[in-house]
Amino acid sequence: MRGRRLILLVLLVAGLTLPARALPLVADLSSHLVAITTGFTGSEVLMFGAIEEPGDIVVVVRGPESEQRVMRKSRVAGIWMNTAGMVYRDVPRFYAIASNRPLDEIAEESVLQNQEFGVSRLRFSPKDSARLDPEDAGKWRRALIRRKQEAGLYSRSTGRVAILSDRLFRTSVYLPTNVPTGIYSAEIYLLQDGQVVNAQSTPLAVSKVGIEADLYAFAYDRPALYGLVAVLTALMAGWFAHLAFRRN
Amino acid sequence: MQIYLPIAEISVDVFLLLGLGSVIGFLSGIFGVGGGFLMTPLLVLIGIPPAIAVATQANHVVASSVSGVFAHWRRGNVDFKMGAVLVGGGFVGSTLGVALFSLLREMGQIDLVINLSYVTLLSIVGGMMLWEGVRAFLRRRSKLAPGKLHIHTWVHGLPLKTRFRKSRLYISALLPFGIGLMVGVISAIMGVGGAFVLVPLMIYLLGMPTAVVIGTSLFQIIFVSANVTFLQASQNQTVDLALAMLLIVGGVIGAQLGGRLGARLPGDTLRILLGILVLAVAARLGFELVATPDDLYSLGIEP
Repeated sequence: MRGRRLILLVLLVAGLTLPARALPLVADLSSHLVAITTGFTGSEVLMFGAIEEPGDIVVVVRGPESEQRVMRKSRVAGIWMNTAGMVYRDVPRFYAIASNRPLDEIAEESVLQNQEFGVSRLRFSPKDSARLDPEDAGKWRRALIRRKQEAGLYSRSTGRVAILSDRLFRTSVYLPTNVPTGIYSAEIYLLQDGQVVNAQSTPLAVSKVGIEADLYAFAYDRPALYGLVAVLTALMAGWFAHLAFRRN
Repeated sequence: MQIYLPIAEISVDVFLLLGLGSVIGFLSGIFGVGGGFLMTPLLVLIGIPPAIAVATQANHVVASSVSGVFAHWRRGNVDFKMGAVLVGGGFVGSTLGVALFSLLREMGQIDLVINLSYVTLLSIVGGMMLWEGVRAFLRRRSKLAPGKLHIHTWVHGLPLKTRFRKSRLYISALLPFGIGLMVGVISAIMGVGGAFVLVPLMIYLLGMPTAVVIGTSLFQIIFVSANVTFLQASQNQTVDLALAMLLIVGGVIGAQLGGRLGARLPGDTLRILLGILVLAVAARLGFELVATPDDLYSLGIEP
């Protein structure tokens, strides 16, 4: 069994390197830039493509990775307050996954683990793992994922990839209004017999544009000047309000 | 119509924000209070992160106190000397307050402190308003004798005695400085002007004549909230200009309407109503502190 799979893999890899063959996987996005403008209310990104031979398709959209702090509340003198915290490293700010059939039918757990298919298989680790017992670690991890899901930044369930006549596929991923900015990657995997045989990764930029971008950049690049402008604007607005009020 | 707020990084309905600004402006027009103490909790309620709500609200307060101060200035009801001492204390207090704010934010405790401050202050203020209103309501029927102007206590023994001509006071400058400092801290942490704390202290502790209290407190609030806005923007990047502008526009419209209506309504009834409203907000926030949260875990700010 294992031998046969290995041979198959070798054959496939060999197949991929043959120059004359048609590409086994071609894919693209409806848009490579998600522009956050003044009227931004979330955005749907369509991913589509074609496969040469029948197989399973898994699509993953990942945001840039960063550190993420998780806080836990407990009751102190009758009041609920944050009393413990944990920082995780390499946490994707956004994660969405879609596939043409349930992941556990597509591949074995080890393969899914390896590819980080599904939110529960993401490999982020605590910054300070020494003081964690395994049971507690699991709770913190699940809490991080749960809260990200509630914020709409991690997919709650695997989305659907539609495959048409074993050749064409498409799916869409929704980016909510609170979507973090940065360079995302849209990864499309082709699996056959439970193994990834081909993959394609396309960058997807999520960025503020126009006045939103200008204001944000202003606030972060020149914070002191931004503060002054904020104060002056308010002073002017208050003065105009007074003039308008007086005339009446 | 949705608008994406660049610093808060969420989309909110424009008309909801304008409406909120108008309603608070309307209430402040009727009751003659800033309304920041109602605005910040409401902003948090519609999903603005507390740190951004507080800092942006400070910016809004600058505008509303500027528009209010002119009328008092024209009538000569601003004691600039007293105001300057209050501002001095206010600058120190608000600078300390913003530093404390940054520290608490890093520790992940800022939401709790904001919430606790609100519950405490709203309960006190709401209770006081209700009490005052009820007393005035009763007084309308049975005539009560007016109390003494002010009572001499230990505070009148402090050094640095200064004459405040307009307020007709000869008191230690440390006293208004200290009051300014305390209100500055409150202003920075809660994003309010702090008139609801400042005004009673000026009347009851300093013994200032009521006529100059409002104008002088507005004068102090302009400078202190401007300092808070500047520091919050430059240290924490939490001032959202788009949000502030919408609140200001709504607030201006509301305040004009409220001011006209307020002149026609009986003061004590209004005070009772506002007292009840303030207590209701305090109860709502207090409930959140003691009720078991749906999820004990939450995501903190990025380290």
